[in-house]
Amino acid sequence: MIKKSKIPGILTWLVLLFFYLPILLLVVNSFNASRTGGNWGGFTLKWYAQLFTAREIWNALINSLLVAFFATLISTLLGTTAAIALHRYKGKLQNMHYCLVYVPLVVPEILLGISLLLFFVALQVELGLPTMIMAHVTFCVSYVAMAVLARLQDFDQALLEASRDLGANTWYTTRKVLLPIIFPGIVAGGLLAFTLSIDDFVISFFVAGPGSTTLPIQIYSMIRRGSMPLINALSSILLAVTFLIILVIQWISKNQEKKEKT
Amino acid sequence: MEDFLRFEGITKTYGSTVAVDNVSFSIQRGEIFSLLGPSGCGKTTLLRLLAGFEAPDSGRIILDGEDITDLSPNHRKVNTVFQNYALFPHMTVRENIAYGLRVAKRPRAEIHAEVDRMLSLIQMESHAQKKPSQISGGQKQRTAIARALIMRPRVLLLDEPLAALDLKLRQRMSLELSLIHDEVGITFMYVTHDQGEAMSLSDRIAVMNNGIIEQIGTPAEIYEAPKSSFVAAFIGDTNFFDGSISEVIDSEYCRISVTDLPARLLCFNDKKLNRGDLVHLSIRPEKFQISLDPPQVGPKHNVLEATVEDIIYQGDHTRYWVDIGNDWRISLTRQHTRFMLDERPIKWKDRVYISWLADDGFMLERYSEADEELLQAPPQSVGETEVEEDSELSAASEGGTQS
Repeated sequence: MIKKSKIPGILTWLVLLFFYLPILLLVVNSFNASRTGGNWGGFTLKWYAQLFTAREIWNALINSLLVAFFATLISTLLGTTAAIALHRYKGKLQNMHYCLVYVPLVVPEILLGISLLLFFVALQVELGLPTMIMAHVTFCVSYVAMAVLARLQDFDQALLEASRDLGANTWYTTRKVLLPIIFPGIVAGGLLAFTLSIDDFVISFFVAGPGSTTLPIQIYSMIRRGSMPLINALSSILLAVTFLIILVIQWISKNQEKKEKT
Repeated sequence: MEDFLRFEGITKTYGSTVAVDNVSFSIQRGEIFSLLGPSGCGKTTLLRLLAGFEAPDSGRIILDGEDITDLSPNHRKVNTVFQNYALFPHMTVRENIAYGLRVAKRPRAEIHAEVDRMLSLIQMESHAQKKPSQISGGQKQRTAIARALIMRPRVLLLDEPLAALDLKLRQRMSLELSLIHDEVGITFMYVTHDQGEAMSLSDRIAVMNNGIIEQIGTPAEIYEAPKSSFVAAFIGDTNFFDGSISEVIDSEYCRISVTDLPARLLCFNDKKLNRGDLVHLSIRPEKFQISLDPPQVGPKHNVLEATVEDIIYQGDHTRYWVDIGNDWRISLTRQHTRFMLDERPIKWKDRVYISWLADDGFMLERYSEADEELLQAPPQSVGETEVEEDSELSAASEGGTQS
């Protein structure tokens, strides 16, 4: 029998350690009674208790969810229509349009943030949740458009003709043929937009006004004020919620597969 | 009888390419009409114009007395079977077939009954709840036909419907298509590049090339009496001789002197050509007789001496390539009789006599250069053996037409 090399196994463990050790430390520290991370002061839930009474954190969370919800909604709508238009019409300006959609993906976030801020200031728009939503839409649209475009690449244009041929008008065709088939792409784009929006810091930091502090900005300011244990607790909760969502999604998609097989 | 479907002076261009060039023709009620031609000849464009996916630059399309040129596809009483079926992947077979009736908002019970009727017509009752990804190519094909037929179209358009199937399935579906046609009695317009399919299915065929119709006729008319050298070469195989008329014998026959060949060939002069006219003489491989001894033939036969170059035994017939001098190769076929094994066999390099009746030759006008290119690689019919011959045939038609 050929002896297997141990190197791949060791490497795998090292990589896993590198990824998950910091997260593990964070979760452990959230139960640490000591204020500083270095020494263990005994098990406690007091940081979690404090967290539930910290008004500004809850406000920031609500802001974040509001911004993410509306940014996702608007960018999914715009991104999907943009992708359909980019896919269907082959004009001379097509390449330019494509670039325009692509640009926000490659432009450094800080540039986007500064230019948005300058733009809002120039127009004398009061900074707040609406500007924050607009800012998030600008970069989320591109991600949605890319996700939907990828799905459209496999879409057989003859299906639209077949639907028209069978008497359906454009609206019926879009509703019953186009949208159902590209729906997974739209969902993927929407999820991407939501994730990007909820943890965006750089752009949000520039365009945030009084009363529109989002969770990432709140966490940043708490670090500066030195309330590390609270952040640890908050992060652990976010981590748990994320894991839960992923588990649910996997469970749903597994059920879906089973249903399709029978 | 009034024409059921009429194309009047249809022209369609894409940029600087003329896809269809001032084409006019009619289709009768209930017939299977095929548009046959190589890719890029304009046949699919004509189908798309009739379906309404494209608008003509000029000309009208009249269906059952009604001008439908400006109607959008969803208002035309024609339905299409697409080349790759275009079944809706997110719907079951039943939902696919019901789609058109759902769009038309027919009562639920009626839709159900109609779909059941279609499912039994295409014998797919047991697959009604499957998605298109779970059924075979032939089943997809039948579903696509049912989805179009349920609309009771005036004309059913079929765009290369068998191209995506393998050989055996293609032959079976071709038979099923004609059975379905007999059952529903709807007019079929069938687009294909496969002459075998067109021949076996059609009541009439329009052979297209370079955006125009070269000839319209029954399969037999097109095979036996091609009007142009393109049709002669595209449908089946043929041998071409370049030459000119050297002598007009009487009102029916003339002699042709062929370039680089000493013999003067007797030929039926149905086009009433005159001495000195340039012609192509086309003779199909099965019109020749081949023998080791000088044949006992009448005065209306041409006889040439030749050397056997190649022999391909194909069961029901044998194909010979013979050299009639100056490296001029002719392809001919000979049907077998039950006495074949008793006869002295014809072998490679044998001196043989080939003969044919003067009436079996066809005089056609000379090629354009574009035709020559197409004929270098003629598309072939459904037969397995014929497909294998492809390269040799094109090599031979090159040899036969060079002067």
